[in-house]
Amino acid sequence: MTTALANVKTVPLSWFASHEIRLAWREWLAMMTGGRQRRRRAAIIGLLVFGALLHIPAYAVIGRYATLRSPLDKSAMIVITASTFLAWALMLSQAVESVTRVFYSRADLDLIMSSPVALDHVFSIRLAAIALTVTAMAMLLATPFIDVLMLGGGLRWLAVYGVVIAIGLSAAAVAIAVTILLFRTIGPRRTRFVAQILAAVIGAGFVIALQIAAILSYGTLSRFAVLTSDAAAAYAPGPDSVVWWPVRAAFGDGEALLLLLASAFLLLGAVMVSFSASFADTAARASASGASARRGSRARSFRTGSRQQALRRKELTLLRRDPWLLSQSLMQLLYLAPPAVLLWRSFSDSSLAIVLITPVIVMAAGQLAGGLGWLTISGEDAPDLVKTAPLPPSRLIRAKIEVVLLVIAVLFAPLVIALMFASPRQAAVTAIGVMIAAVSATAIQLWFRVQARRSQFRRRQTSSRLATFAEAFSSIGWAATSALALSLPVAALVTGLMTTSLLAATWKFSPRRD
Amino acid sequence: MASDQSALALRGLTKRFDRPAVDALDLTVRSGEFYALLGPNGAGKTTTLCMVAGLLQPDAGSISIAGIDALRDPVAAKQITAWVSDEPMIYDKLTPVEYLEFVAGLWGIDPAAAERSARELLVSLGLEANMNERCEGFSKGMRQKVALAGALVHDPRLIILDEPLTGLDALSARHVKGLLGERVRGGCTVIMTTHILEVAERMADRIGVISAGRLVAEGTLAELRQQNGRTDTSLEDMFIALVDHEAAAA
Repeated sequence: MTTALANVKTVPLSWFASHEIRLAWREWLAMMTGGRQRRRRAAIIGLLVFGALLHIPAYAVIGRYATLRSPLDKSAMIVITASTFLAWALMLSQAVESVTRVFYSRADLDLIMSSPVALDHVFSIRLAAIALTVTAMAMLLATPFIDVLMLGGGLRWLAVYGVVIAIGLSAAAVAIAVTILLFRTIGPRRTRFVAQILAAVIGAGFVIALQIAAILSYGTLSRFAVLTSDAAAAYAPGPDSVVWWPVRAAFGDGEALLLLLASAFLLLGAVMVSFSASFADTAARASASGASARRGSRARSFRTGSRQQALRRKELTLLRRDPWLLSQSLMQLLYLAPPAVLLWRSFSDSSLAIVLITPVIVMAAGQLAGGLGWLTISGEDAPDLVKTAPLPPSRLIRAKIEVVLLVIAVLFAPLVIALMFASPRQAAVTAIGVMIAAVSATAIQLWFRVQARRSQFRRRQTSSRLATFAEAFSSIGWAATSALALSLPVAALVTGLMTTSLLAATWKFSPRRD
Repeated sequence: MASDQSALALRGLTKRFDRPAVDALDLTVRSGEFYALLGPNGAGKTTTLCMVAGLLQPDAGSISIAGIDALRDPVAAKQITAWVSDEPMIYDKLTPVEYLEFVAGLWGIDPAAAERSARELLVSLGLEANMNERCEGFSKGMRQKVALAGALVHDPRLIILDEPLTGLDALSARHVKGLLGERVRGGCTVIMTTHILEVAERMADRIGVISAGRLVAEGTLAELRQQNGRTDTSLEDMFIALVDHEAAAA
């Protein structure tokens, strides 16, 4: 016994850091491959190809700015700063998601907390690993853009990596602080829910707010209208302001880059020092939150109805209580806010921009139907129960499909009705587009249905790449067809046929052609 | 106790995966009988019960539940059958009452009767205090009890249980055993797999031992002892001897 204890060595923090990085890598790989070992090589090759292909849109978006040098005019500074802020918001969204996942999903908390190691040190490493993961992901995504800039403008653009590191670290620091503060103020269960919604809407919220401001001020969906306006330039701070550090750093100002990086490291360090000690307590409360009770709806009598009605009621109750759905619906509503504002404005003037509403609505309907379709058709938590129930499988599936279409109808009907007042023809085209996009997305989910738990929703895209791409292209295809049906009906026939062919090909390659 | 009419009759039931999981199995469970199906891991117990419950399609053979051909008319067979697996699958976001309401709706049970039965079941299983809480925070034992209540709420004539006592504490296991005994006394038939041989020894009217997808022994405890040639041996000793013998023969 004594000999055994004498041989015990203190675990170095670097060992725990490498363990954390390995876990993060495997989690990411599992997400990419759907947990299948055989797909690992394919996933890595796919990612490399994706990275190479990303250089094309990167060139289209940013290529012409490669020769840009400071000093910049105020409008350019504002646009680049806003774009950097958007990237930061997206990283923040990703980091909030990562932090909550560490709290709720890691199964090793009991092991770590019962082990003879200093918890604040271990959790410091865990917080640093989150920051590193978020930053590494941002650097990977930024690489094609930086490559394009370097090809056109030289090595001076390497400074952008410094900016990416700084905003990645600061986003992670803010995400950790926000999540732990949420834990303390609203409790573990609500934090999970709020964090899911926050993660979903943070990035999109900024773009959408800019769009709404642009519509209200300039009657256009372009977010740049606000950023390049005289008003924005007038309100912008002076050239020495801290607000411009990211732009100055990106354009090779060494002092700004150092200040930016130092601030980011300082912020992360402060967060780690302030919160790593309480991380253990927070994590313990998060894991214990699963055991605490949550009341359901008020006690009431059992309802009458057919077996399908029972199924529909169950699906609707589960959807109503699904945090993913709530966050996604909020996202869709947020995305629909700019067209809705445009619609409202166009009652007073006859703006042609109103036509843009239709593809946005159709696209949103297709995307939402795809998610809903997966949740109801594949995400069945009690598959044995429904399979052993005394009703044919076709009736089970039908009830589930009815729920998806019902939810889509309820969510999108108000927009179509509002559109009727502006243009009955456009309302009719939009309604048909919504219906076809929703039916197509649901059909794809039906053809590619798998048996999964609802909580596996995050990994649904990895279960079938074909289904994921087909769902996305189908929504885009029907959105384009609806827009063309309003402006160029002959072209709508072509895109409609193309989208139908895509669906037919998807069906042909699907595992369940029934 | 047990009558002669069969509640479940399997004839030549066969299912292959990589190898035969169930191999031309003949098995009869009489109405009102508590039947324990024993066997080592991978013997084909769960596969057999999955086919009876309609979760798996057999490659060959027939399944008759209370005289209904379960392969020809699965809906009618399912109407009088209940299935509980060792891994309780319930909806995290529903309360036990809501779950039972859903099950009753699926089986088309009169809501008033189902509600009465649901509340009685939840009370008898010790879930009275939790009946209006969402299942997401429940322990495995509590989830198993909710699943069991779901199986009983539609008053099935045949209850198929795959390791129903896994994860239950002693008190909960006693509740479940009591409830099942009550159902059998009321004329219901139970077929159950278990690794807890003491449960089979105490509760089962008859015991079947399955190995490599085939029934290798069957009878009451006394009959099994007689077949084994020893009257003083325990079920555990007999089971191990049978399994060893089958393994050696294979």
